[in-house]
Amino acid sequence: MPDVAFWQGNQAIAQGALAAGCMFFAGYPITPSSDIMEEMAKELPASGGRFIQMEDEIGSIAATIGGSIAGLKSMTASSGPGISLKQENLGLAYMAEIPLVLVNVMRGGPSTGVPTKISQMDVMQARWGCHGDHGTIAYSPSSVQECYEIAIKAFNAAERYRQPVIILSDEVLGHMREKVFVPPAGSYAVANRKRPGVKPEKFVPYLADPEDDIPPMASFGDGYRWHVTGLAHNDFGFPSAREEEVEKNITRLVRKIDRFRDDIVEYEAYEVDDADIVVVSYGTVARSSITAVKDARKRGLKVGHFRPVTLWPFPDKEIFQISKRAKTIIVPELNCGQMVLEVERAVHGRAKVIKKGLVNGEVFMPEQISSFIQEVA
Amino acid sequence: MPRPEIIKWLRTQFFPHMWCPGCGHGIILHALLRALTDLEKKPEETVIASGIGCSSRMPGYINACTVHSTHGRSLAFATGIKLAKPELTVIDVMGDGDCSAIGGNHFIHACRRNIDITAIVMNNNIYGMTGGQASPTTPEGARATTAPYGVIDPSFDLCKLAEGAGATFVARSVVSNPKQCEKYIVDGIKHKGFSVVEIISTCHTQFGRRNKFRSPIDNINRVKDLSVSQAKAKDMTPEELKGKYVTGLFVNVEAPEYTDQYFSLVDKVKGE
Repeated sequence: MPDVAFWQGNQAIAQGALAAGCMFFAGYPITPSSDIMEEMAKELPASGGRFIQMEDEIGSIAATIGGSIAGLKSMTASSGPGISLKQENLGLAYMAEIPLVLVNVMRGGPSTGVPTKISQMDVMQARWGCHGDHGTIAYSPSSVQECYEIAIKAFNAAERYRQPVIILSDEVLGHMREKVFVPPAGSYAVANRKRPGVKPEKFVPYLADPEDDIPPMASFGDGYRWHVTGLAHNDFGFPSAREEEVEKNITRLVRKIDRFRDDIVEYEAYEVDDADIVVVSYGTVARSSITAVKDARKRGLKVGHFRPVTLWPFPDKEIFQISKRAKTIIVPELNCGQMVLEVERAVHGRAKVIKKGLVNGEVFMPEQISSFIQEVA
Repeated sequence: MPRPEIIKWLRTQFFPHMWCPGCGHGIILHALLRALTDLEKKPEETVIASGIGCSSRMPGYINACTVHSTHGRSLAFATGIKLAKPELTVIDVMGDGDCSAIGGNHFIHACRRNIDITAIVMNNNIYGMTGGQASPTTPEGARATTAPYGVIDPSFDLCKLAEGAGATFVARSVVSNPKQCEKYIVDGIKHKGFSVVEIISTCHTQFGRRNKFRSPIDNINRVKDLSVSQAKAKDMTPEELKGKYVTGLFVNVEAPEYTDQYFSLVDKVKGE
């Protein structure tokens, strides 16, 4: 029997992280994500893990990377301006292939924006935010239960693919309280990073296994010596500007995610098989959309809903399949049109894509989504 | 030639190094490696972290657990590593811009926390790698590419900054005195708590040639001539001390160390 808890989304992310084996958290206060940090401040010392409040957002992700280099599953969390500040070091973690989980509890932007209200304005920042090319994994939970489960999945993906993984939550979800079924330990999968199988003197830190493009990772203090750098590097981990070595380095960072795209991509399709109209939405907005879709079905309209659980990699193949039947796809999101660009890319013009943005700090009500459906029905 | 036990600490495949011939930083690298061998440290249990700049290329040459991180942020990375594995010896090498401009916040907070990391600040008074721009420690009046008519803003005294922020071991030496550099690094590493060892280094390429000190030797002589021991400095007026590098051990006090405090807290919480 699972335990039943009554948690806020932010608390559920923290609890999920602990269930995944998170033993290191460094953070800096910011609305609306601080509850995650506060939960970790309470829980980590009690479980022998490490918690530290750093001097700023930049230091928080730097310390988190340090914790992971030393072998601990590590996480940091922030919102809006804090995420912008973390991007340089996020890039180092992509480049040096350091597993970590970065939670972004989205609030209104740009800049200080509307700190206490919801947005979904950071979808593209999550994909591209940090200079340079890399593969991205970003999850978008839509319930408090899912906050918990996605925290575990995010750690598993970070450990398996040896890179940062982003959780794109939002202000409403972060502060909403719901019932959570907490599975007993051992009833869910927990992944751990691949460790080197060779003796320290034979260790080549960035020599990737051809079968998965992922190099085993040693921890500092485990007898292995290696060099962590944000510079382009060769298999030995040492800086290189040689064309073939740089090319090999960067293409592998992208390829290691691309090749496992089908393993990573998650989505939830509701009544899409016979749908003429499909609403595609994610996060908190999906809750309103599903209510509206159910309502439309009651009225006899063939409407479905598709919810990307991973925003990155984007479920483009799956949306293309839907567009073979659906004539119209409605994309409500709390920005001026970000994920809709991916939807348009995915459908290749086979269906009409309608963009619906809302940026006033509120969530779409089900009636608003219903009216979007009514407009095209 | 360095001693064989020092060569063992080097990634000799990368020599000759990327520093200009005659750069002061090599003297600091040698002093650091002598300190590590004197202390019988094991490379696989020693972390050397750095940020960005000429100074920050140092870890690449040391065959230990090394991190070449982002500009100014190395102490935050080092803090994470030390907190995760307090049994490791953690040394952070920084330049003057790295430490006191872009990384100033991490520096003062590492001092405040008194975490057991040894910060070696290689102060050559200039941004060398990027081509000779003025740093927060470029002396007033000196010329730099971003101060072609001379620097007008006052310099940081990094040792006073460290002391004010709470570092429990603070010392300064100059590259013209390599034995003293080594001694302060040894004592800094042995010290339990946050140690700052500022070493006045030289950059003839970017600082010297714009300030009438053309050769490496001219630059070493410059820092030697400008250095004044703490004992001598006591009897000098502020005017006489202007532009001088006062050397010596300024702070050496015992105070609770951060990771000790943290794990005491863990024990307490677990006991409750």
